[in-house]
Amino acid sequence: MAVSESLPLRPTPRPATAPSTWVFLGALAVFTLVVTVMASQGMISTAFVKTLGKTLCLMLAAVAMDVVWGYTGILSLGHMAFFGLGGYMIGMWLMYARTENIVAPALAQQPLPPTQDEIRDAIGSQIFGVVGSSDFPLVWMFSHSLVAQLALVVLVPGLLALVFGWLAFRSRVTGVYLSILTQAMTLALALYLFQNDSGLRGNNGLSGLQNIPGYEQVPQATISLWFLWASALALALGYLLFAWVVSGKMGSVLRAVRDDEARVRFLGYHVEGFKLFAFTLTAVVTGIAGALYYPQAGIINPAEIAPIASIYLAVWVAIGGRGRLYGAAIGAALVSLLSSWFTGGGAPDINLGVYTVQWTDWWLVLLGLSFVCVTLFAPKGIGGLVDLVQARRVPDRQGDYGPDKGAKRQEEGRE
Amino acid sequence: MRRLFLALALALCLFAPTAVVAQDLQSILQTHADEVADPGRRSVGVVIDDLLAAGLPNAPDFLAAWQDRDIVRDTADGRFYRAGRTSDGQITLIDLDTGAGAMVPEDRVEEVRPNGGVRRVLGGALVRFRLSDPAPEVRREALTSIARRPDADQIEPLTQSIPDEPVAAIRAEKDRLRNILIARFGETTEARVEAIEGLGGTVSSDARAALSQILETEERVAATLPDDVNVARILTPGEDISRVEAYGRLVDEGLAPARVSDAALRDALIAAIEDGTVAGVPVETLDTDAARRDAYVTLAEAGEVPPFVTEEEVDAALTDHVFFAAYDEDDPAITDAARETLEAVDLRVGAAQTADLALDALSLASIYFLAAIGLAITFGVMGVINMAHGEFIMMGAYTGYVVQQFVPDYTLSLVIALPLAFLVAGAAGIAMERLVIRHLYHRPLETLLATFGISIALQQLAKNIFGTQARPLTAPGWLDGQWVLNELVGISYIRIAIFVLAALFLGLLLFILNRTRLGLEVRAVTQNPGMAASMGIDPDRINMATFGIGSGIAGIAGVAIGLYAQVTSEMGANYIVQSFMTVVVGGVGNVWGTLAGAGLIGVLQKLIESLNPSNTLAAQTYMILFIIVFIQFRPRGIVALRGRAAGD
Repeated sequence: MAVSESLPLRPTPRPATAPSTWVFLGALAVFTLVVTVMASQGMISTAFVKTLGKTLCLMLAAVAMDVVWGYTGILSLGHMAFFGLGGYMIGMWLMYARTENIVAPALAQQPLPPTQDEIRDAIGSQIFGVVGSSDFPLVWMFSHSLVAQLALVVLVPGLLALVFGWLAFRSRVTGVYLSILTQAMTLALALYLFQNDSGLRGNNGLSGLQNIPGYEQVPQATISLWFLWASALALALGYLLFAWVVSGKMGSVLRAVRDDEARVRFLGYHVEGFKLFAFTLTAVVTGIAGALYYPQAGIINPAEIAPIASIYLAVWVAIGGRGRLYGAAIGAALVSLLSSWFTGGGAPDINLGVYTVQWTDWWLVLLGLSFVCVTLFAPKGIGGLVDLVQARRVPDRQGDYGPDKGAKRQEEGRE
Repeated sequence: MRRLFLALALALCLFAPTAVVAQDLQSILQTHADEVADPGRRSVGVVIDDLLAAGLPNAPDFLAAWQDRDIVRDTADGRFYRAGRTSDGQITLIDLDTGAGAMVPEDRVEEVRPNGGVRRVLGGALVRFRLSDPAPEVRREALTSIARRPDADQIEPLTQSIPDEPVAAIRAEKDRLRNILIARFGETTEARVEAIEGLGGTVSSDARAALSQILETEERVAATLPDDVNVARILTPGEDISRVEAYGRLVDEGLAPARVSDAALRDALIAAIEDGTVAGVPVETLDTDAARRDAYVTLAEAGEVPPFVTEEEVDAALTDHVFFAAYDEDDPAITDAARETLEAVDLRVGAAQTADLALDALSLASIYFLAAIGLAITFGVMGVINMAHGEFIMMGAYTGYVVQQFVPDYTLSLVIALPLAFLVAGAAGIAMERLVIRHLYHRPLETLLATFGISIALQQLAKNIFGTQARPLTAPGWLDGQWVLNELVGISYIRIAIFVLAALFLGLLLFILNRTRLGLEVRAVTQNPGMAASMGIDPDRINMATFGIGSGIAGIAGVAIGLYAQVTSEMGANYIVQSFMTVVVGGVGNVWGTLAGAGLIGVLQKLIESLNPSNTLAAQTYMILFIIVFIQFRPRGIVALRGRAAGD
């Protein structure tokens, strides 16, 4: 390799300086700016701003999924459970605080000023009347406190991932088995939440989350922009964090675990620890993404946690391109926006004479088949297009079937 | 219909001169005209006896009408009729024997109004008629109606009808019912105890209901334990009943002053508001419980409201009284016998319920086995997870549905649908293997996702073709109904059929895998594809055949599942996770493993469901959690391949 030999030995480049990271962050900043300007000019509707904000959250989840799957090789079919849990955690505070703002003035009209217990009881019967109960279940213990619920957004998905991952990795469940197991986890969680006595309003879910307590006077157009900014910021920070994680030694070990777990173990690395770290960290970030997503969606219910949602997450990453963070982000944005365009009736029907193809009916067929085609013919996904551009600059060393062949392995090897 | 027929027969009889000797209902009634017109409890017995003796077929109908106050007497000729419709002062009189109607002025008839006592006698007689009716169905019906509304008056007619009962099963039923009646309403203690003990051998719900009715208790409270009650048990406050509840009972009985509830406290405070203060305390400060209590105490000291009841007073009141549950039945001998019998019965019921649970679990296990075995084969042989497996199940079910649209005979359509479903799903499986999976053999995770893509496409396709609503797949008539062992243990014939089907495929697969050339080759490829290939086995062909068989069986499973559940485009998705569980728990690549997995999951699911029957969602949740833990201890499943065959 003449090119690399001529270079002096230098430390592994910090990922934040990797060109793709800066390009991505720059594009994100421009995008946010453009949307903000267009929204304040009234060129795009509030609903569309929300859709874009939600898409940013999904992109963050997809980036996390890429780290756990594309880099570490754990095909988790349960990451949307963490997404949903994050949403539920923030949703509890949103619902509690908003109901309090409604109930407290009403109670204040009574001859005696209400006690704290009376207010809490009134909020409880307001929230849980729909499942035939009026008492706060234990899980709502901290729902009055924004700080506590924000902490739970991180803690609950994190702890669940930690415990589940520890159990699964410890017993060396790998590959397809692990995928099935994570799918079972999210199914169990969804089924549990579907019950009325789960304490989270059963299949009614939590609703009215788009109303931010204390900001009832602020129009949704403004709030939607705030959330867009918050989502963009979260995506940027998350992207930086993961770019840092997957670079350097840590990233090398993760990729090595993906490519040959046994060999890494024989080299003396504590494989389980690395996997657990990747699994838990991505779960936490996914949870945060969910906490930003659901206030924009306005409602969360257990159907959001169903196994299918997590599979879609994997599909986005696969279509966008595994093993590169921007690929996952692009895949999530493209597929989820296309999906809402097609299913929302945005796509024109195609009249074939004998049969009219209505995209609301045929979109899933198209998605399924194109997904099969991507897997078969373009395993690198959309991100693979970048390689075509860079093909001459990064030599293909192995000709293997790994999604991100090349990268910085040579330099890592010399280190 | 029957009445019409009888009327016709009677009309024929009237024309036939030899039949005139036959006594008709009206003539019997005319013989006892006074007793019928103004019946008394004693006098009515004569009429009933005569009616019984004559054995007229229309007598029960007459008795029923009489009891319902539908019988009128025509004052012109003194004959009795059934009252029909009234209009414009005219009433239709229906002849009791012929059923012919005639209009007469309303004031010409007088109603026959039997009093309550008479009606009860009539009811008893009616039961007796029905109980000795020549048609067995009528007798069974009568027994059911007695069981539904048990009554002391029914003991007598029931007892009388037993010796003449020709059908053994009905006689046993009558005996049982008589025992139940005597147990509850018998006159002497000995008779009741004997009847109660006679109930020990059954598990029927009405016998248990009768026993628990005898054992019904009422919770009471008194200063000292009274002598004249049949005490079931003494209740200790704080253990058997909560202290709050116990004190509440004292308050209800007027034995203690009521505690001031939060609501009462609030109301008292509100009532005492004067110029924005309560007892000198500003209203705004009353936003804590402590402040409210203080204000209330001030009010109580001023004597405006009743004082708080202190905890010491509550304690004293609770210790001064005795709480107990007393049987409604006063005779301890009877309640003792009932309790012992009920315990014995409960034991038998428990055993029967366990048996029923086992049957349920077995049938669930066979469904899981059918759904999962195809998956297990492909997974075992090729290491490929087929997420579209559920859609092959759906395909099979829709094949059955389509066949039923063309072949109206359900049995025949089932016979056609089963192999056709195998072919359709098998062909789909082979097509998928050739077009997609073949290219992904070394990338198992990507196979999982690619087949998932196929799965959502197929699901949506089915939705586009067949619509979103559920389609029925009707089982043939001979599969309807249940095989009933007793009141508690039963299993529907469809589930038995599915069990048979599962057993059949288990046998077939074992035969193919262990006794045929194809099976030999499949096992060889499973263990070592490279070596098998060098021995002249074409792994490609074997993979294709395996996939075909696995998917085909999924199609058959689809027909089986469609027979008892609805056919929807999502039905496959509902089974796919369970199928994965079955495969993972059972161990990959082994028919016995899948069987063990299906058995374990079926039994477990039913077991958890039986612990909390109202909540199947919770049952599934706990089962999945159990499986996650189970994988901790046996990551390779129950039946794990060992040695070289285990591959990696």
